[in-house]
Amino acid sequence: MVGVVALAVLLGDVVMDGAGALDRRFLDSFASRFPERAGIKAALWGSVWMLSLTALVSFPLGVGAAIYLEEYAPRSWVTRAIQTNIANLAGVPSIVYGILGLALFVRTLGLGRSLLSGALTLSLLILPVIILASQEAIRAVPSSIRQAAYGLGATRWQVVRMQVLPVALPGILTGTILALSRAVGETAPLIMIGAVGFLAFTPGSVMDPFTVLPLQIYSWISRPQEEFRALAAAGIIVLLAILLGMNAVAIVLRNRYQRQS
Amino acid sequence: MTPDTPRRHFHDELDRLQDSLLEMAGIAERIVALAAEGVLTRDRTVSRKVIAEDDRVDELEVSIDELAVELLALQQPMARDLRLIIATLKVSNDLERAGDHGVNMARAAKRLAKLPPLPDLPEVAEMADMARGMLSDAMACFVARDTTRAREICLRDDRVDNLRESLFRILVTHMLEDPRRISPALELLLITQNLERIADLATNIAEDVVFLVEGRTIKHNVQDSDSEDEVAGEA
Amino acid sequence: MATTHGIDTGGRAPALEARGLTVHYGQKRAVHDVSLVVPTNQVVALIGPSGCGKSTLLRCFNRMNDLIPSARITGEALFRGQDLYDDAVDPVEVRRRIGMVFQKPNPFPKSIYDNTAFGPRIQGVDGDLDSIVERALRSAALWDEVSDRLRDSALTLSGGQQQRLCIARTLAVQPEILLMDEPASALDPIATQRIEELIYRLKRDYTIVIVTHNMQQAARVSDYTAFLYMGELVEYGPTDTLFTNPAEERTEAYVTGRFG
Repeated sequence: MVGVVALAVLLGDVVMDGAGALDRRFLDSFASRFPERAGIKAALWGSVWMLSLTALVSFPLGVGAAIYLEEYAPRSWVTRAIQTNIANLAGVPSIVYGILGLALFVRTLGLGRSLLSGALTLSLLILPVIILASQEAIRAVPSSIRQAAYGLGATRWQVVRMQVLPVALPGILTGTILALSRAVGETAPLIMIGAVGFLAFTPGSVMDPFTVLPLQIYSWISRPQEEFRALAAAGIIVLLAILLGMNAVAIVLRNRYQRQS
Repeated sequence: MTPDTPRRHFHDELDRLQDSLLEMAGIAERIVALAAEGVLTRDRTVSRKVIAEDDRVDELEVSIDELAVELLALQQPMARDLRLIIATLKVSNDLERAGDHGVNMARAAKRLAKLPPLPDLPEVAEMADMARGMLSDAMACFVARDTTRAREICLRDDRVDNLRESLFRILVTHMLEDPRRISPALELLLITQNLERIADLATNIAEDVVFLVEGRTIKHNVQDSDSEDEVAGEA
Repeated sequence: MATTHGIDTGGRAPALEARGLTVHYGQKRAVHDVSLVVPTNQVVALIGPSGCGKSTLLRCFNRMNDLIPSARITGEALFRGQDLYDDAVDPVEVRRRIGMVFQKPNPFPKSIYDNTAFGPRIQGVDGDLDSIVERALRSAALWDEVSDRLRDSALTLSGGQQQRLCIARTLAVQPEILLMDEPASALDPIATQRIEELIYRLKRDYTIVIVTHNMQQAARVSDYTAFLYMGELVEYGPTDTLFTNPAEERTEAYVTGRFG
């Protein structure tokens, strides 16, 4: 109860601070030294690009890994070891992924401080979560359906594609969306990668430098001017709106999933 | 004491069925014995005793029928249990008819006692002895589930049939010799007929024993490899 | 040593045959050295107390035991004289020729039409699916009840209807043999009766092996019955003989309800 009250107070505070600054101009302008001209356009589009890229990379990899582990992998100590490691990786602090990303994507693979590096790093971060959630959803498909499909002479892939995945999909999507909504709010690993706090253009390609909403908000908070606080609050509202939207979609999907089973 | 499983109850009921059958058999045997004695000792009172006993036989047949039908419908008996119930129904039917034949004999004996006696006919006593013996042995085989002795009983029936044929010739001769002998001779013919039927019924019961134990029907000259072997062995 | 009464297969190779079939799940032996013959166009019932291995034996015939990692099968299972477990044999192909109906009705969460059409679709049949579906539903005695709502979800059907749908689904791929694992045990008596009537009619065109724990059902429905106990075949013969005059003591004790 106390937590809910505290949260409500915080939210109220933010809304009060930021509501005034939230308008079309705000959404449409780039960052600036001058508070009256500053906006979150770069950060907003950066977040959108980041989200899309991350989803594009992590979703197929995550779901594919989950399918392999649940339907194809033999029951051996190797599989068990992989499973344990995935569970552990889900709990590793995000900054560690940032360090990894810096070393692997930015430096070794030479992708530089780009959207691609950031997206790949965030993908690594949320991959364990997606895999675990997808495995859960696949496991929840009743084995009687698999048995029936095998009994009719379906190959393993036919069973997976035509019976297991359709039933597991709402659960998989829910897990993926929740994982992605975590990615949207990540700051530390992206700072390590080299996202900037002051950017005057929206990304044109995946190799471009970028910034994201949490970063922009953070950089505004660090400014001395009072007006930037209001801007930061407005940025928070936008970020919250995106997060709430994604969670709402996840909830709708989950409800549909439960109604089906 | 209520049985704690339906199956236990079923087996109790099977026991009850058997008890009724054995009671019936005892009375039927007694009827036949009394009637036969009545014939041989010219006792007029025997028919009254026998009729009372036969009423009890009829009662038992009805109760066996009802219990058997109930067990068949409600318990879906299989294998040996099923054959037991079916064999019991058949034997009960045979015993009831044996009782009726005994009653007929007793009535004939009563009428015979009022008529002038015929010359001594040891064949009648032998026939009565055999019929009574076969009936009692057949029931003993049923209780003991003894198929070897049951098959032997079937063979004895030939002797009884032969006796009846000889008695028929003898009695016809008597009737032709002396018209005053016609009435008693006819009664005796009737009695020998009943005795022959009782022996046949005993044979039926013996065949039912084989059905019960081996699941095979050896009635109506259906090929019975076991008894054929025995006959072949003897020849 | 099991008692096997004479089985007449009319000179042809039997539809199914087991020779010395043994199944282990890890260390546990579920089926031991079972040999029996299933004649074509007959119904064979497998009976026995729980855990006697009858379902395991059934699943050998369509290689469903392959799906259990710890299962090891030795001996032979023959389909028309051919070894089902030969290296050259594809289990997927086996399951298309030998279909299975399970204990609890397990329709897919799709429409009635899609359920029935699933088998043909995965086989790549692109002929007239509509007529295939109709024929299968008619064979399963379900067509009259669902012909006007083929697009409805299969889950809206009653238990008995769902099971008949599962049968239709299996028939749609036109197998030669139907393996049924206690198909009526989850159904009410009326639905059970309809399944039994269906089995009787299907016998004309298919060979059927049915596992059942209900002896009276085995007695009503089958031509031959096999009694299994603790993984071993105790007795196998014509149904009427097994139930009126079994040769083995253990069979007698089981069918008269003295154990199991």
